[in-house]
Amino acid sequence: MITVSINGESRQFPQAISVAVLIDELGLTGKRIALERNGEIVPRSMFAAQQLADGDKLEVVVAVGGG
Amino acid sequence: MNDKLIIAGKSYSSRLLVGTGKYKDFAETQAAVEASGAEIITIAIRRSNIGQNPNEPSLLEVLPPSKYTLLPNTAGCYTADDAVRTLRLARELLDGHTLVKLEVLGDPQSLYPNMIETIAAAKTLVAEGFQVMVYTSDDPIIARQLEDLGCVAIMPLASLIGSGMGILNPWNLQLVMERVQVPVIVDAGVGTASDAAIAMELGCDGVLMNTAIAAAQQPVLMAGAMKKAVEAGRDAYLAGRMPKKFYSASPSSPTAGIIGSTRS
Repeated sequence: MITVSINGESRQFPQAISVAVLIDELGLTGKRIALERNGEIVPRSMFAAQQLADGDKLEVVVAVGGG
Repeated sequence: MNDKLIIAGKSYSSRLLVGTGKYKDFAETQAAVEASGAEIITIAIRRSNIGQNPNEPSLLEVLPPSKYTLLPNTAGCYTADDAVRTLRLARELLDGHTLVKLEVLGDPQSLYPNMIETIAAAKTLVAEGFQVMVYTSDDPIIARQLEDLGCVAIMPLASLIGSGMGILNPWNLQLVMERVQVPVIVDAGVGTASDAAIAMELGCDGVLMNTAIAAAQQPVLMAGAMKKAVEAGRDAYLAGRMPKKFYSASPSSPTAGIIGSTRS
């Protein structure tokens, strides 16, 4: 069991999963997003290779209207 | 006329830059942006709403990067660190895009910029290869320092963000323009078309606005008004206005050949 924080919300997963699997679980596969893990950018090309670890802090962002 | 706005080596026909916030829906955003004629449009970077309808349309479908130069901003950031992280995310989100708008705010009431944090962020971003258009106070010395750091455009406020108070200190804008070589773009404070025209008549290279359009009763109509105002102000600046005189001893019509009086 691992616990990770996604955009400030705590989520638990039965085992360590890749970023790609997480993105799929969130329904964001194919969406234009960017992801930061513990303060570092994870490039989209690395989503499949990077495994999440217990205690990870993730930020998943999109573009919105702004001035 | 070949009068282009050149930022970081790329030329633009429109000197009006617009934000995409505060509109009632994407359709209105799109219509207003279209009416403004802007080529550079700002966007914000925010947390995805995890679990909330991932199929809702995204801003970038309405305003595609293929059609507009997107300018991701750091609105809402109060530290250099948050601003830098936000723009690294933006670069990843936009496939390596490096032209960005840096703003680091000082307090939530005034939204006045924190220049110490802004300068720290600018240094890091320039070192990382970003092309930084920077929101700043209208301090000419700070403006010069930001240019020396490598910022590609200096964007002083005309009055507070979202205030619509217009050009409060044209003299400081003048001081800023005299001291920097890169484009000076008024960012924040424009309330209506005449404000935009005044900024351009002063010699500013462009105007960036959001609320003045989005908060108008008819945003699309105002967007068109701003387009004309920026163009008119620019042309007036290039044309060179007549000097102001308290009164004139030179009427517009000829002084010779006036018909004679019938009174003796």
